[in-house]
Amino acid sequence: MGKYIVKRIAMGILSVFIVATLTFFLMNLVPGGPFVAEKSISKAAQEALEAKFGLDKPLLQRYTTYMTDFLHGDMGFSLRQRGRTVSDIIFSKFPVSARLAGIAVVVALCVGIPLGCISAYNRGKLADNFIIVLGTCGIAIPSFISSVLLLYTFGSWLKILPTMGLNDAVSYIMPVTALAIYPTAYITRLMRSSLLDVMGQDYIRTAKAKGLSSFMILFKHALRNALLPVIAYVGPMLASLMTGSFVVEKIFTIPGLGREFVSSITNRDYTMIMGTTIILAALVIAANVIVDILYKIIDPRIKLK
Amino acid sequence: MEHTENTPELEKLPLGPDDFSPATAGEKESLVVMRESINFWADGFRRLRKNKIAMVSLFFILLIVIFAYVLPSFWPYTYDQQIKYSENLSAFEYGKTELARIEAGESVFPHICGTDKLGRDFAVRLMMATRVSLTVGIVCSICVLVIGATYGAVAGFSGGLVDDIMMRFTDILYTIPDILLIILLSITLKPRILALAETPGFEWMQKVGANLIAMFIVFALLYWVGMARITRSQVLVLKESEYVTAARALGAGNGRIIRKHLLTNCIGTLIVTTTLQIPAAIFTESYLSFLGLGVSAPMPSLGSLATDAVKGMNTYPHLLLLPAILISVTILVFNLFGDGLRDAFDPKLKN
Repeated sequence: MGKYIVKRIAMGILSVFIVATLTFFLMNLVPGGPFVAEKSISKAAQEALEAKFGLDKPLLQRYTTYMTDFLHGDMGFSLRQRGRTVSDIIFSKFPVSARLAGIAVVVALCVGIPLGCISAYNRGKLADNFIIVLGTCGIAIPSFISSVLLLYTFGSWLKILPTMGLNDAVSYIMPVTALAIYPTAYITRLMRSSLLDVMGQDYIRTAKAKGLSSFMILFKHALRNALLPVIAYVGPMLASLMTGSFVVEKIFTIPGLGREFVSSITNRDYTMIMGTTIILAALVIAANVIVDILYKIIDPRIKLK
Repeated sequence: MEHTENTPELEKLPLGPDDFSPATAGEKESLVVMRESINFWADGFRRLRKNKIAMVSLFFILLIVIFAYVLPSFWPYTYDQQIKYSENLSAFEYGKTELARIEAGESVFPHICGTDKLGRDFAVRLMMATRVSLTVGIVCSICVLVIGATYGAVAGFSGGLVDDIMMRFTDILYTIPDILLIILLSITLKPRILALAETPGFEWMQKVGANLIAMFIVFALLYWVGMARITRSQVLVLKESEYVTAARALGAGNGRIIRKHLLTNCIGTLIVTTTLQIPAAIFTESYLSFLGLGVSAPMPSLGSLATDAVKGMNTYPHLLLLPAILISVTILVFNLFGDGLRDAFDPKLKN
């Protein structure tokens, strides 16, 4: 077990390292630089700026400098937002995104799991069919479509919800809904199929024969095993929330990390691109590693490789 | 006398001398238990035809394909044709010059979905956008199929150290959040491929659309991992089967065994996975276009049409709603059809 954990963590760190390396060389392949867009500055000033941030050095040298700095916890200064360090910006924007994603996760779990159970318990009946249709539609609608449609319906047509920012509790409703639709639909489908699978097992029949109520069977016996695939989905769910947050933050003008990432790419803000990519990738990879390890601890039936 | 005693008993039984005559040809046929042997495809299609949801989805897919690939050639407008004084029309409205032409007795084809802010017929733009999105979806899925199936088959077939190294590589790729790399790759590759299309010898790229090619490459580079894993797991099982041993005993080489025996036997899985890849690619393309990183103007894609419409959605909601509905319906029907294909051709893959 210990060996597996060490191996899994080592592979996670390797993945983060590969992401960092790939990103570094890819972003330097992109034509244009951080200071090209500014027409107001002279060529000499531009060169001076590049020298200040070390952009005039050869690529490989910059790579090694960046990596050693990063390992020392220094992500450098933002090239476009003068005077602010990258870690500063990330730490100020991250809580916004994290809160949004966290609420979306809670909503997805609290809605998806019961819906899946209801669906499985009423297999083939009207409620089941209704939930299946909802789930299938939820998976088919991209998050940017749902956010734009929500914005149009509740923001500008009915005018009952604020269209931008995250100033009060009400303004969370639309972004969270838009973010949570896909994971909710996915969890519902996952929960339904895994619960149906578990309900066909012998030990459930034994529990029924013992005379347990269906409520007890669900909570004492079925749910524990049926929840395993949902736990395994937590990693991919974070990745999909991140994908969603890029557009949701853009549409609802929320000052979060996702918007920072997209704008840093269009601005060629090299240090910001590196910082946000590494942090986002590390988060998703860490979640995956933790889930993988937990999964083996929770379910001893899974063989350790 | 014994005989007459038994006669009443015999009469009770519903048997006559006719029952002991030789069976006719028709009777013989009705007793045959064996049915005609059905091959893999016929069996799968039989099951698929019974699946109502899959057949309805197939019908919609055909409609969408006709809408995207056939209708634009018969449409009187083109996707980049700007009609002066016909900007921002709503459905079935005519512009100033068009009204004048109608008064002069000419017939003007109506703008069924109105026009956009540059006076381009929106219906034909929707068709072209659907064409772009579908092409991206289908071509990317085929690229993914080719790369993933080859990689997975080689890894699974070789086994041992080769398999270990190849699979570690996919494990690492699998943990990387793909959207980060897709965004980076798409902005890195696009200018390069656009430049390449300008150089002599690569003019064919402009015909296809250089930024479409960039899309294909980006998706193919990242999405083959899932396909490779599925193919490998199938090959691992299949390569232990007797017919592979038999083929080897007959002197078949590795390449032939992979092509003729292993890949043909997991073809059901491959088709299903490829079909389910199409909506995923359409999804990602529309998403990238929405962020402004996808197919570039004047070529429309469903995502970019939706983005363009966001700013004016209060005044011209139909410009937003139509592409939004089209994307969702396309992804939905491909998903449903893929599920149906899976149930028909590869029931093991369920869950």
